[in-house]
Amino acid sequence: MSRSRIARHSGKLILGIPILWIILFMLVPYGVLLTYSFWLKKYPLFVPAFQFGNYWTLLSDPQYIKVLLRTLKISTLVSIASLVLAYPFAYYLVFRLKSPTARLILFMAVIAPLWVSYLLRAYVWKTILGTEGILNSFLMSIGLIDEPSGIFLYNQFAMVLTLTYIFIPFMVMPIYTALEKIPPSFAEASADLGMGSFQTFVKVTLPLSMPGVVAGFTMTFCLSFGDFIAPFLVGGPDGQLVANVMASQFGAALNWPLGSALAVVMLIIVLSIISISDWFEQSGKVEL
Amino acid sequence: MTATSTTLARKRRSPAARARLAADSGFAVIVSLVMAFLYTPILILVIYSFNDNRSLTWPLTGFTTSWYEKLFANDQLLTAIGNSFYVASCATVLTLIVGVPAALALHRFHFPGKTVFRRLLLLPIALPGIVTGISMLNMFKMFGFNLSLETVIIGHATALLAVVVTQVFARLQRLPKSLSEASSDLGANPLQTFIFVTLPNIRTALIGAGLLSFVLSFDEIPVTFFLTGRDNTLPMYIYSTMRRGVTPEINAVGTLIVLTSLVLIAVSVVFTLRDTTGRR
Repeated sequence: MSRSRIARHSGKLILGIPILWIILFMLVPYGVLLTYSFWLKKYPLFVPAFQFGNYWTLLSDPQYIKVLLRTLKISTLVSIASLVLAYPFAYYLVFRLKSPTARLILFMAVIAPLWVSYLLRAYVWKTILGTEGILNSFLMSIGLIDEPSGIFLYNQFAMVLTLTYIFIPFMVMPIYTALEKIPPSFAEASADLGMGSFQTFVKVTLPLSMPGVVAGFTMTFCLSFGDFIAPFLVGGPDGQLVANVMASQFGAALNWPLGSALAVVMLIIVLSIISISDWFEQSGKVEL
Repeated sequence: MTATSTTLARKRRSPAARARLAADSGFAVIVSLVMAFLYTPILILVIYSFNDNRSLTWPLTGFTTSWYEKLFANDQLLTAIGNSFYVASCATVLTLIVGVPAALALHRFHFPGKTVFRRLLLLPIALPGIVTGISMLNMFKMFGFNLSLETVIIGHATALLAVVVTQVFARLQRLPKSLSEASSDLGANPLQTFIFVTLPNIRTALIGAGLLSFVLSFDEIPVTFFLTGRDNTLPMYIYSTMRRGVTPEINAVGTLIVLTSLVLIAVSVVFTLRDTTGRR
């Protein structure tokens, strides 16, 4: 009897701590964020109100739509670039590499950069791509160009490159996990049925690895969608992303209500993407 | 390995073997590309921290350690490092205190709203830090809290919760059920079972998750950006230096951070390996 009481109390504690934390530091902040997004900016203060003016500004002022579309474009390109590099890499590790030690080392080598400061990984590309940067001076020293070129830094290419560099481990991890789950017997069965290795890949391996691809795509997309450090360092004047605009509302522009409305929009977009990807994963799930 | 497959392909000259060889070289190119892509920039970061020139250009001019000497004479930087240690340690402890029970609850209990509970816990993995940062900033302002390193700690603990939960949950799922069943058959109550059976078995996962949280918190910038008061953490200090341009001093700090990260990775790998080999 007393044992079950202890069980009940420890159960309450186990569930209580995280639930309390979630309510205090996730739900309440999101609620406050939503509240703020309806407020009015009356210089120098913000006054409580319930109106959709901030959202209307976001919809009607073309500069916000433009930034949003640019952000969607950049994050899509980053996800595609990561996928193109990560998929063959993970495939090789799981299906072609015979030595488990080499596999572990290569896998760790992809994950390891996640442990290295994200800020520095963005910064180093600035030093490489800049007009007075390492790439320019290198190309000049080997005589390929005569004067420093500004084409490398402060554009969308630099941004896609840097963000791909930062977020590619998030693409490799889920694809690797998904591929690892596919039993080798499937490929053997497919070969016994007379399919070539390419056919086997298209009809067996690729469909079975889709949950990993979807998960990786979701992560890289959402994370680059909300990044403001890399655009700040390598993006240049027309390289502002949604998160930069958002951050400036809490800084120089000093319009918290508008910034909050933008944050709510971002939260909704991210939540929708996660839900779509969850749905996709569930519907595409094959019992192994 | 490649040599033998080459000779085999020559001998047989079968189309299948040739296709396989072509595929293998294709993969080799991709793997080297990915590795070069990931590690050349880090190498460049390290090399230029020792270069005897204020501007970061090719060719290298000479070897120096003066950028490092400058670092250790920089009081602001040293304070920032101290602050980062304080924030990362507290955030790690807090996130473990909240995250481990959360993982246990997900693993053991069935309760109404469990799906929502899991969704919310895992949300920060894909949710950009800026949303966490801004929503918490709004809350602290609305309830009249002043921003400080402590608000940063709370922000970090929340953002890192998902890391701890996924890692610990994954380990719990791999534990055989029979262990805790045997423990309660022998008369242990759930608390005893947790302390004497479950905890030792998930110890390495805890260490791994703790180390990763520490590193991520130490490097964190999007949440810190909004939640810090007058005190700077190390990444915030570096960030404010970067606004003024690129300097080899940043490369020197960066190199030290890379080195520390390498040591921590090695520690976590050792723990993980010992765990997986020790079990069998």
